[in-house]
Amino acid sequence: MNTIIDLFSYDFFVNALWASFFAALSCGIIGTYIVSRRIVFVSGGITHSSFGGIGIGYFLGWNPLLGAAIFAVLSALGIQFFSQKAKVREDSSIAIWWSLGMAIGIIFIYMSPGYAPNLMSYLFGSILAVTITEIWFMAALSLFLLLIFITFYRTILYIAFDEDFAKTTGLPVGLINYLLISLIAVTIVLNIRVVGIILILSLLTLPQATANLFTKDFKKMIGFSVLFAFLGSFIGLLISFYVDIPSGASIIFTLVVLFGLMKISSVVYSRSQLKNE
Amino acid sequence: MSEKLLDIKNLDVRFDKELVLRKVDLEINKRDFIGMIGPNGGGKTTLIKAILGLVEPECGEIKFNIPSNKLGYLPQINQIDKRFPITVLDVVRSGKSNGKKLNLFKSNRADLKYAESLLDEMGILNLRDRAIGELSGGQMQRVFLCRSLMNQPELLILDEPETFVDNQFESELYEKLKELNKRMAIILVSHDVGTISYYVKTIACVNLHLNYHPSNVISKEQLAAYDCPLQIITHGDIPHTVLSKHDNHEHHH
Repeated sequence: MNTIIDLFSYDFFVNALWASFFAALSCGIIGTYIVSRRIVFVSGGITHSSFGGIGIGYFLGWNPLLGAAIFAVLSALGIQFFSQKAKVREDSSIAIWWSLGMAIGIIFIYMSPGYAPNLMSYLFGSILAVTITEIWFMAALSLFLLLIFITFYRTILYIAFDEDFAKTTGLPVGLINYLLISLIAVTIVLNIRVVGIILILSLLTLPQATANLFTKDFKKMIGFSVLFAFLGSFIGLLISFYVDIPSGASIIFTLVVLFGLMKISSVVYSRSQLKNE
Repeated sequence: MSEKLLDIKNLDVRFDKELVLRKVDLEINKRDFIGMIGPNGGGKTTLIKAILGLVEPECGEIKFNIPSNKLGYLPQINQIDKRFPITVLDVVRSGKSNGKKLNLFKSNRADLKYAESLLDEMGILNLRDRAIGELSGGQMQRVFLCRSLMNQPELLILDEPETFVDNQFESELYEKLKELNKRMAIILVSHDVGTISYYVKTIACVNLHLNYHPSNVISKEQLAAYDCPLQIITHGDIPHTVLSKHDNHEHHH
């Protein structure tokens, strides 16, 4: 049996580790925003509609992730636009994009000649097959997110907390909203390789739920989320390697267990605090 | 001769196809303390949102004699996500307006100090690092009052600040507003006519139209004449009038 040290001599393992590091960074930041604003369902819509882009990418012989990126950004802006300007109820608008994307994806994959070999990897992720180029993209995104969230921290926080009030203080609410929804889309697409379309929502919400047990401060929640996301991905990766199960599912499972353990210990801790009083 | 802060003329506001405000005129002067009353759905909140620039009027004009960052606003508390991960201090600091600029690397010491002094004034400085969701209704309203005062406003607009709070805080709040009124004009939107008439100087009744009553005493007959059907809930030993519904108008509770 390989020791952990041995694992580091495998390129694919080191790559997977880098991928999970940048996934934790980008999902930790964007996920905190998603959870705080309660737009998890919006993110689900964006995620699933990106499958349409993957299908078209296959059909045209492009990199499917490029198609996914275009589809995700379009659907993100579409959801935002439909519910704000066209007065379609937001949840209905999300459902339309969600299912439209999946439908288009399936149609185009069906029409593509031959067999779509790694379709499963887009649906369920395959972090062990991540390429160097993809890691660079994830690194660039993480850096960009860090830059945006540090520079515009207060602007983002204030608008997310109370949009109407933020308008009265003159903040560029529309601009920031469109920027962030686009960043959500890009973050989702670049992390599809890690855990896949079906499972990505968990990377955007589970570490945040765990972080939320310890802090109710937006900034600290981002920090804790990144930490828990990385911890979950790393342990999940090891488990997937040793037990030989799919990495995406293994990561999600670890994140859930992590959340459960933290939840239980926080309940036990607050009970004991009460007793001591 | 009083100094005019704001002049609303002939204002119409429409939501979808329905006219919510019609031919509204209102002048707001320095040191005014206007109690804004009216039935639910009568257009009170819409009117203040029009003043704040949050809804676009169909026609008419609102003329400002004060810069837009001199408006303080306390929205209805149920419009706020109480489980949002944000600290009390950050909520108060979010009240600071900085024009059209983005908050680039913004961590202004003067703002921070001012936010803390406001919290201190309200007696809740000890809560500065608490999450907003951990506070009681009264504490929360104090925080939002602090936020609305961050720009040292000349006109303070409060939308039903008495919801979600206990009776004791309610009268404390009104006393506080009375004191603030020495420095700024106030519009107090309320569904509790009986209680606020004790504190406000004038009353504006909004029910599609706006009827301005230049005193804080208003009788049932006058209200009826003003086209203002009301249902009143009051409590405590503050004198109040109970008014019956006006039957010509449909309204929701």
